[in-house]
Amino acid sequence: MRSALAGRLLLAVPTVLLVLTVTFAGLHLAPGDPVRLYLGPAADQAAAARARRALELDRPLAVQYVGWLRRFVAGDWGVSIAQRRPVTRVLGDALPATLLLTGLSLLLTYAGGIALGAAQATRPRTGLDAALTALSAVLYALPAYVLALGLVLVFAYGAALWDWPAALRLPALGAAGVGAEYLSPAARLADRLRHLVLPVATLALVGAAGVARFVRAAMVDALRQPFVRAARAKGLKEGRVLARHALRTALLPVITLLGLQLPALFSGVVFVETIFAWPGMGRAAVEAVLARDYPVVMAATAVFATLVVAGNLLADALAALVDPRVRVGR
Amino acid sequence: MSAPRVSPIVVTLWRDRRARAGAAAVLVLAAAAVLGPLVIGAPSSELGDVVARRFVAPLGRTSDGALHLLGTDRLGRDVLARLLVGARVSLAVGVLAALVAMAVGTVGGAVAGYAGGALDRAIIAVTDAALAIPRVPFLLLLVALFEPGVVVTILALGLTGWMTVARLVRGETRSLRARPFVEAAHALGARPRRVVAVHILPHALRPALVAAALGVGNAVMLEAGLSFLGLGVQPPTPSWGNMIASGRDALMVAPWVAGAPALMVAVVVSALSLVADALESALAGERSA
Repeated sequence: MRSALAGRLLLAVPTVLLVLTVTFAGLHLAPGDPVRLYLGPAADQAAAARARRALELDRPLAVQYVGWLRRFVAGDWGVSIAQRRPVTRVLGDALPATLLLTGLSLLLTYAGGIALGAAQATRPRTGLDAALTALSAVLYALPAYVLALGLVLVFAYGAALWDWPAALRLPALGAAGVGAEYLSPAARLADRLRHLVLPVATLALVGAAGVARFVRAAMVDALRQPFVRAARAKGLKEGRVLARHALRTALLPVITLLGLQLPALFSGVVFVETIFAWPGMGRAAVEAVLARDYPVVMAATAVFATLVVAGNLLADALAALVDPRVRVGR
Repeated sequence: MSAPRVSPIVVTLWRDRRARAGAAAVLVLAAAAVLGPLVIGAPSSELGDVVARRFVAPLGRTSDGALHLLGTDRLGRDVLARLLVGARVSLAVGVLAALVAMAVGTVGGAVAGYAGGALDRAIIAVTDAALAIPRVPFLLLLVALFEPGVVVTILALGLTGWMTVARLVRGETRSLRARPFVEAAHALGARPRRVVAVHILPHALRPALVAAALGVGNAVMLEAGLSFLGLGVQPPTPSWGNMIASGRDALMVAPWVAGAPALMVAVVVSALSLVADALESALAGERSA
């Protein structure tokens, strides 16, 4: 198992390197002079030449690439054009908010998706199965931003209009209420959780719909296998047959699904953070695009890609934990 | 002469309810997009008395007696007319982006599968790395580097969506390469390029069709998303995405402004995923038969 994981780890390095190379190439393909962007249109020739030398833009491309790569790996990601502060600081402020949002969503995506899919697979061709299949197809076809707007319409505007109880009136903007910093720790936590409900619900509903489809198919398949019949034949309780034998087998492809789920999640988070004004990396990236602040966008893309690669490694480790065949490296 | 031969896959698809429903929805929308603006006229850019004409509810009439089937937006523009012109933009961007993705993926996959060896491993590595890049943040990067607009949107969507096609075509090409009819073509002296183009690709492309159908739906959804963020098709050119964005501030007063284009996106995506599902089972049935 250790050697298989080491192999995956070795593959992860060129992947991240490739992402960084594409990023660097993009930087140089882009129209417009970075010096002009940094200094503004009023700068004179001498200042521009000085800046060009300082930014190493007068060196050969290969030298620039190696230098840029070395600085990037060392954590020097340049200065944000719009905010005039280090990119690491801009993204460092935003990363925890994004990790909180995506981590919770991922947890609920899998918990909800596995529960729904298993519920459908054990009751195939019933009304419940059909209803859940239809629901997940609709959620799957609905873009995240449309679902987000729908939730805002119902739980923020609608709840106030129809006089719903205060617990169902949910905040639709930001990560904390006005003056939250003056609340007691417990009240602050409650406030933060209330702000998390709608963004997390958006991401988790879309994700769980996809996972449920997958789990249902995998588990229906597993239930047809001879080993399930054998487990029943030797008199195991149905619950144990389902949990230990069928579900565990069905989970393996679902874990590898994480490789596709993570990029989709980080794509969805861009929309969700923008709509709910969540102070995370997705929103930082969108704002940076609007300000043509590409050092920030570039670093954000690299961070997202690195998170996906790390997530895939985690999925491989989990798969090895669940499936003994992977562990032996067959 | 016998009657024109219909491919058995088309017959299977025609018998599938999912394929019929999905294809019908897409065709109706495409026809409406092409013919609609010709029938009811292109949306006029003249605004007139905005206060009197804005946010007319669906089926309502403005004071001049004009009927608005889907109501008007905050500038008093007819939502239906904009929806139909927006359909042209959104569907065209979706289809063209999927074609770009198909082209890149087919060439990459066929080269990798046919050549094998180091070239194959290199293309596979690039494909896997590209799959690890989340699409929307990467699209944001491309839009940040170049000006947002229709062409950039098409290229950006196409160049971030080719990986599935490449993988499928590569796999098929590899297995087809060992088949006797390919060997026969080689023996007859056909050049590699001809073997791939004439003998391998017609078969290798079939599974990629499923990915292409899903790809069009994805591209429509992402185009709407980018335009929703203000980074895709720029107003005043209507696209479903920027229509949703413009209706966002009036969700409570006039839900139809954002709701109508959102519904269109959802219909296109579900219709195409129905077609893709049907196509997949038809191809699976063909293989097992």
